[in-house]
Amino acid sequence: MVFNIAIIDYEMGNLKSIYKCLKHLNIESIISDDSKNILNADGVILPGVGAFGDAMKHLKQKNLVPIIEQIVKNGTPLFGVCLGQQLLCSKSTEMGEHDGLDLIKGDVVKFDISKVDKVPQIGWNSVNFIDEEHFLLQGIPNNSYFYFVHSFYVVPKNKENVIGLTQYGDIDYSSIISKDNIIATQFHPEKSSKHGIKMYENFVDFCKK
Amino acid sequence: MTDYKKIVPCLDVKNGRVVKGIQFVNLRDAGDPVKFGQYYEEEGADELVFLDITATVEKRKTVVELVKKVADGVSIPFAVGGGISSLEDAQAILGAGADKVSLNSAAVRNPPVLEEISKEFGSERVICAIDGNRVYVDSEENASDKTLFKIGDKYCWFDVMTHSGTKSTGMDAIQWALKVKELGVGEILPTSKTYDGTKDGYDLEMTRGIAEATKLPVTASGGAGTLQHILEAFTIGKASAALAASIFHFREISIKECKKYCAKNGITMRL
Repeated sequence: MVFNIAIIDYEMGNLKSIYKCLKHLNIESIISDDSKNILNADGVILPGVGAFGDAMKHLKQKNLVPIIEQIVKNGTPLFGVCLGQQLLCSKSTEMGEHDGLDLIKGDVVKFDISKVDKVPQIGWNSVNFIDEEHFLLQGIPNNSYFYFVHSFYVVPKNKENVIGLTQYGDIDYSSIISKDNIIATQFHPEKSSKHGIKMYENFVDFCKK
Repeated sequence: MTDYKKIVPCLDVKNGRVVKGIQFVNLRDAGDPVKFGQYYEEEGADELVFLDITATVEKRKTVVELVKKVADGVSIPFAVGGGISSLEDAQAILGAGADKVSLNSAAVRNPPVLEEISKEFGSERVICAIDGNRVYVDSEENASDKTLFKIGDKYCWFDVMTHSGTKSTGMDAIQWALKVKELGVGEILPTSKTYDGTKDGYDLEMTRGIAEATKLPVTASGGAGTLQHILEAFTIGKASAALAASIFHFREISIKECKKYCAKNGITMRL
């Protein structure tokens, strides 16, 4: 079998930019909602732009929730990006309360407008690496900049899941989280120039191991 | 407070090619938008704006082609403006890989289109570009329904212009900015038609007026000629981003030195 990364297609945003980012790295990937493609992949990316509730609804409609749980059980590396990171958590308070995939314990909450200047955060911000040894961060200088677009952020229950922290206004939040074979970023590596591309390269290297 | 200010080069594109006599000596293809995008990404640009000035019926097709190519070759966010007038236009461009769309004349003609697009794609992907022209009046009574700014012993207000800044609407730019915010726009790009091309500096009153009234991220545009002008967009104009075209294209100022200069003067920049 040829090495392959699956990008989960559940009709929630920017899949092509991730696909193209991987193409630059000469990595074949497939944008798919087919459980077979996802289960057979060497690594899986869960992207996402939009509202949490809609996203979970789409994942359920496409019967993708058990598939994602299965790949995690199988030990296939999983990379959640932006809303994809939030979906991995237990629950979100975006427009009501919604249960997430609960693969990393924690809540998704909104920026408190009294503590930040503007919501959503749209723009570049730096990430302070908590676990510099982490495979995702190899070859990337600590406090590098990445591109963010979001109003909600994750609050993991367990500190050991926090790989990177970002400060926005008076709030320090977890912009990179990880647990076993799962990693996730709140920012968009595919829009973060060379350090973001390096992150996908590190993920792919990890998938190859 | 971590609020990184942005430097944004703007590229004019016609039929898929960069126009306006840009001089890049070491680029083999002097009109390739992707090459320009990559060059500016390397230079440290925080975002790019592509302004499409194609005026043919095939327009949408050529823009979508352009967006696909740029999205393929550039790994920083980019916005596309120029002739976007419907939800379908926005869908095509965002679907092809653009991060944001920017509307200008079409929004004036048909304001609800802003609401349609921002509901469908989110406020953070919709920019309203506002071309503003200074109109001076001697006393406050002469323009009592306008948002007036005191300039020396005179007053001025900002007239919203359409059709590349050639047609006056008589609409107050500050009030229009507040209106488009209500319609869900997440970002405003005011271009000074008074200063555009002069290199005398941005219209800081207009920039600041819109930033303070709307509290939205504002990109200063039109008139940048020096490092000092760019710095002032942030310090005086309260802008979140500074856009420029010719000073970057003609390499009068490099994006790198621009960011260094702003950082040295206390502005938080991604270096």
